[in-house]
Amino acid sequence: MIDGPDRQVADMDGPSALPRKNGELVFDAAWEGRVFGLATAMHNGGLFDWNDFRDRLIDEIAEHDRQGEESPYYERWLDAFERLLVDKGMLTRDELQTRLADFESGQRDDVF
Amino acid sequence: MSGNHANGHHLEEEEHASLRARALESLLIEKGLTSSDMVDRVISMYEQDIGPRNGAKVVARAWVDPAFKARLLADGTAAIGELGYGGVLLAVVENTPTIHNLVVCTLCSCYPSGLLGLPPVWYKSFPYRSRAVIEPRAVLQEFGLELDDSIEVRVWDSSSELRYMVLPERPAGTEGLSEDELADLVSRDSMIGVAKANAPAGVS
Repeated sequence: MIDGPDRQVADMDGPSALPRKNGELVFDAAWEGRVFGLATAMHNGGLFDWNDFRDRLIDEIAEHDRQGEESPYYERWLDAFERLLVDKGMLTRDELQTRLADFESGQRDDVF
Repeated sequence: MSGNHANGHHLEEEEHASLRARALESLLIEKGLTSSDMVDRVISMYEQDIGPRNGAKVVARAWVDPAFKARLLADGTAAIGELGYGGVLLAVVENTPTIHNLVVCTLCSCYPSGLLGLPPVWYKSFPYRSRAVIEPRAVLQEFGLELDDSIEVRVWDSSSELRYMVLPERPAGTEGLSEDELADLVSRDSMIGVAKANAPAGVS
């Protein structure tokens, strides 16, 4: 069981630093909180090394910066987390695409 | 950063990201790699425990209960223990009309995180750690806090053995507020000493 915020997650700095206001985390939309919670909960469960995620996050942010695009932090977080899960063999791209299509078509509406 | 909601293209992307997030969560739950409960717990832990709410409750209690305030200033560790907070040796220093207190950790980033949540990035920065002691008034000015020359500024150096928290002055015009309402006025910065407690709505 975990009894407090994980410093590895909370103390990320540079481009990968969590968006904050007055020290508290800022989520602009509910889904941002969900993807933050997903990665952090799975890391707490010992499913991956935080640095493996952080490195991919920094990569994704840098890649979008190079293209000069507006780059919302948690969209890059989502990119990086999907990549990590595929790289670690926990998910496949196919599974992600199929499931996304189910949500896009309205065939699925709930995460359960 | 995100936030350009006037841009239709971006709105679409954000909607798409929201669907991607749901697709991902549903797959991970289905595979037994996580559960909605665990995700909920993590989010609420980071949103609440990361903030300064516990410290704000301590301050509000001290404002409404003079006996608690006396105990808090005499022995911070024991007094916060009464409210169920612990795990840290704490000294509380009181701001008055003539004394303003400022907390720093010159060596690293010692901080009563059980009360104040995670320290802000600037608290750990070298400029703050070095300048807070040498020129506290200039540092406070940069935080937007102008103090009259007649006010004495005291700087406290937190360490791993003893951490400091500032008890800010209770703002004027708060006589009718409940303890909970008072706690809402207590910002993290006011308990580090780089700000005053917020004025209640309608009082400037």
